[in-house]
Amino acid sequence: MLHALSLGLVLALLWWLMSGYFIPFVLSLGVASVIATVLISRRMDVIDHEGQPLHLSWKIGFYWAWLLKEIFKSAVDVSKVILKRKMPIHPAMVPIKATQRTEMGHVIYANSITLTPGTITVTLENGDMMIHALTREAAEGLLTGDMDRRVTAIEGVGALDRLLAAKAASKGDAP
Amino acid sequence: MVALIVDVLSWALILGGGAFCVIGAVGMLRMPDVFTRMHAAGVVDTAGLGLILIGLMLQAGFTLVMVKLALILVFVLYTSPMSTHALAQSAVSTGVQPLLADGANNQKDKEDEPSKT
Repeated sequence: MLHALSLGLVLALLWWLMSGYFIPFVLSLGVASVIATVLISRRMDVIDHEGQPLHLSWKIGFYWAWLLKEIFKSAVDVSKVILKRKMPIHPAMVPIKATQRTEMGHVIYANSITLTPGTITVTLENGDMMIHALTREAAEGLLTGDMDRRVTAIEGVGALDRLLAAKAASKGDAP
Repeated sequence: MVALIVDVLSWALILGGGAFCVIGAVGMLRMPDVFTRMHAAGVVDTAGLGLILIGLMLQAGFTLVMVKLALILVFVLYTSPMSTHALAQSAVSTGVQPLLADGANNQKDKEDEPSKT
């Protein structure tokens, strides 16, 4: 129920921001399409903690800011490598073990790695990752585990457990 | 005065983003194999696109256009790692061997040896 409400809210906000209309008739069309979308998603059973990750810690805002800074820093590093006459690259495949406990945490970590230029997640299976690193510095930066710790801090395992328990309880009560 | 500062800042960001795009394109031409080329492409769709969009947001001011530009940035930041990962994984699973600096699988094209360090 919480997830459905959150989906409806996000859809309504998105609809309004994309259209920018205030005319009552058009607004009512928007409301109708949001309700229809939520109902269809509910029928398809795709409204869950993966589509609406409400359990993630509110600190994810700080994580985004940190990640954007890291992306910019490594983009500058990769650009320097490209522009150097001899291109001092040192490509390597680095195995990494993710310490997050949920699949969502693994995906956030893997995507953060891929998003920073210089490192790409090639395979991901149950927290075991193979990372292709462009330079030695990129591989070393990854092996410090700084990003891994930060993702683990925002993954919100306790909140997810509570949400899943509440969902299981409400499903058990329903006829 | 404020308008002038915002204008200068936004043009600096747009030009900086454009520079990252050009550098990424040069990198895609210079890099030796598919994986290293992906790293160069990563510069374009993070720093290049990000700086251009932030510069355009400053040009738009506090309007709905700014929100739409921000949404483009968010969607690209979510989708581009997905596509890069899909590309890398399909390259590996179809048997493309990455060129490694200290690996065994780069003897076949010695002249393309990337690093002499």
